[in-house]
Amino acid sequence: MTKQTFRTFVSALAMGASLFATQALAKSDITIAMQLEPPHLDPTSAAAQAIDSVVYTNIFEGLTRFMGDGSVVPGLAESWEISEDGTVYTFKLREGVTFHDGTTMDAEDVKFSLDRALAEDSANAQKALFAAIASVEVADPLTVTVTLSEPNGNFLFNMAWGDAVIVAPDSIDNIKTNPVGTGAFTFGEWVQGDSITLNRNPDYWGDQPALETATFKFISDPTAAFAAMMAEDVDVFDNFPAPENLPQFEADPRFQVLVGSTEGETILSTNNKQPPFDDIRVRQALAHAIDRQAIIDGAMFGYGTPIGTHFAPHNPAYVDLTGNSAYDPKKAAKLLADAGYEEGFETTLHLPPPSYARRGGEIIAAQLAEVGITAEIINVEWAQWLESVFKGKDFGLTIVSHTEPMDIGIYARPDYYFQYDSLDAQTLIETLNTTTDPEERNRLLGEMQRLIANDYVNGYLFQLAKLGVAKAGVQGLWKNAPTAAIDLTQISWSE
Amino acid sequence: MLRYAFKRLISLLISLVVASVVIFAVIEVAPGDPASFMLGVNAQEDTLAALRAELGLDVSNAQRYLDWVGGMLVGDFGTSYTYRTPVSQMIADRMWVSLPLALYALILSTLIAFPAGIYAAARRGKPGDLTVMGATQLGIAVPNFWFAMMLVLIFAINLRWFNAGGFAGWNKGLWAGLHSLTLPAIALALPQAAILARVMRSSLLDILGEDFMRTARAKGLTYRQALWRHGVRNALIPVLTILGLQFSFLLAGAIIIEQVFYLPGLGRLVFQAISARDLIVVESVVMLLVFAVITVNFLVDLAYAAVDPRLRSRT
Repeated sequence: MTKQTFRTFVSALAMGASLFATQALAKSDITIAMQLEPPHLDPTSAAAQAIDSVVYTNIFEGLTRFMGDGSVVPGLAESWEISEDGTVYTFKLREGVTFHDGTTMDAEDVKFSLDRALAEDSANAQKALFAAIASVEVADPLTVTVTLSEPNGNFLFNMAWGDAVIVAPDSIDNIKTNPVGTGAFTFGEWVQGDSITLNRNPDYWGDQPALETATFKFISDPTAAFAAMMAEDVDVFDNFPAPENLPQFEADPRFQVLVGSTEGETILSTNNKQPPFDDIRVRQALAHAIDRQAIIDGAMFGYGTPIGTHFAPHNPAYVDLTGNSAYDPKKAAKLLADAGYEEGFETTLHLPPPSYARRGGEIIAAQLAEVGITAEIINVEWAQWLESVFKGKDFGLTIVSHTEPMDIGIYARPDYYFQYDSLDAQTLIETLNTTTDPEERNRLLGEMQRLIANDYVNGYLFQLAKLGVAKAGVQGLWKNAPTAAIDLTQISWSE
Repeated sequence: MLRYAFKRLISLLISLVVASVVIFAVIEVAPGDPASFMLGVNAQEDTLAALRAELGLDVSNAQRYLDWVGGMLVGDFGTSYTYRTPVSQMIADRMWVSLPLALYALILSTLIAFPAGIYAAARRGKPGDLTVMGATQLGIAVPNFWFAMMLVLIFAINLRWFNAGGFAGWNKGLWAGLHSLTLPAIALALPQAAILARVMRSSLLDILGEDFMRTARAKGLTYRQALWRHGVRNALIPVLTILGLQFSFLLAGAIIIEQVFYLPGLGRLVFQAISARDLIVVESVVMLLVFAVITVNFLVDLAYAAVDPRLRSRT
């Protein structure tokens, strides 16, 4: 045996032994699978949710943060004061917070992060979150004053987004491949195409997490996802892509299935400017021609909550308006006849890749055919969808899940791709944005929901479910997804 | 010979230039702006413009084509739009999975196909031959992704001998790496083995009918000796040609298998890059594959010419 092979042999033995050793102790590592790989690891310069899934609350933290139930709680800001008129926010920062590179996190870093998002050449995908900010001032190392140009009831909520996390100024050049944050986990290794590893941060300012290391694995194929879970290669599948397999996991004592809700309102988006959809009677006919439950059962295997407006049912301000557009093909046919389309009409139905769209689209096309509407199905990739539907507005109908939290404001943007132009909606949202009283906000949100439901802007289908699968011993996983995140700080193994 | 080689080299260069134009045009023509894909639906116009400038997408197509080709000439494949790492680095990393996988599959398919083909030829028309031919028929007909799923079901989920997918990494040792490539290699190899076995059989049958085989028997060799010493050796030439063709197929054909086994190989890279509109990655990888195929063909042409002088004079 040569020296080299002997050495390999010994290290292999040692590796085997250490493997046994870790298994004997309580498990402190976890392998979490997700469908998409993040393009890079900077949550402040891309829309990809996969980035947030890996880094949000784990590597990066913001002034405020989302909890699993959707509430917004203090993050790096310990507390804050809001001026009488609602335009000046004074944030008191936590003491003794350091970035992973050892530098101290202070008010200058907060100013830097917010200014960077606001800058002319900023690549922030959610720049609108910061639009209200007029200026950011450093009062002392632990106090930041943010002045808004007008009151904004959403400001603390906006600051909880992954796009608003606090970054270390020195790390910006390499943030995409070597993220440096303040979180409970530090970036370990990224084997591109395969996995990302995070390690516990021993210098974390808050409670030490139970996990020592976490590995994110990227498995895009639904069949492969099923196999990886069944073979116990991975411990958790964050959002399981094959709902048809869930009953099998539910019946298996080795696994647990977590059915929750996302912020994704799945809608049959309608081009409000394109005839005949510029006629409200036609849009109402669409709404009554659709059997939501059949779509949920057929496309999502029963997972998903029916919605009657563009709002998340788990939100306290939600109003159940599903009755407004109940399945009634006779009424739909009559409405079409009133609008002058006894013979029906032809339109296009653009379907992006997710199964809710592709499977749901087949069912909707069949349901529309029953009232005489011929919808030509056009399957598109996301890039194409963005180009032709979202930007080009060249479509009749499309199915898409709007996954941003609290995004009812899109109905106040007449140039938004479904082109709903209503002065009432625009005034309502304007009032809402400047309202800070929670009760008044809920009332306004209810009014807005009713308005867009009664105008039948889009066909409101269902709230997209979050379907998590995990090994039975995993605790502390988020059931719902108020934002894209896999909060490792809460996760542990039961004995 | 030199003259011939020079002519082939010129045609190789022309092929490469034409291929680069076609690849660039086809991929750029498809709709979809990489910047708006990356920034999503809420991106503002000024943000998009800033990103486009950062990615170098704000210049004309012709300029971008020239930059791309110019970069490749000096070994610079550009920087990935989404990953923001050099494309050449990404390709090199992925090669460490794809190349061993293709080699592994090639070896497996040879190990299966040669004995099977020789056995079938030696027992022509007998039940053994019919069984092997039936099996190869099945091997060609079954899609390899389905076969891959069956392998996972049996060996990963039920027997637990292998992981259902993923790549352990060579830094965990040769054995760990090979272990995680075994199921994918089998799934890739089997349809190729079926084709190869049939070629081996028919090529050997042709040889067995030749006069020199009868002479070999007449000088006193047993059937077995004649088969191995004179038959198989001569039958190998067409088989090796097919084997060479299969290697490039294995490299490219791994796209689906790499998805099923979620391996971080070249195929998966292209697949992800296409769906993310990471054009520069797609273009460079496709160009690299074209380069590999054209170069192999060039070398084969030269080898033929070296063996067969008639080819030299004809051109």
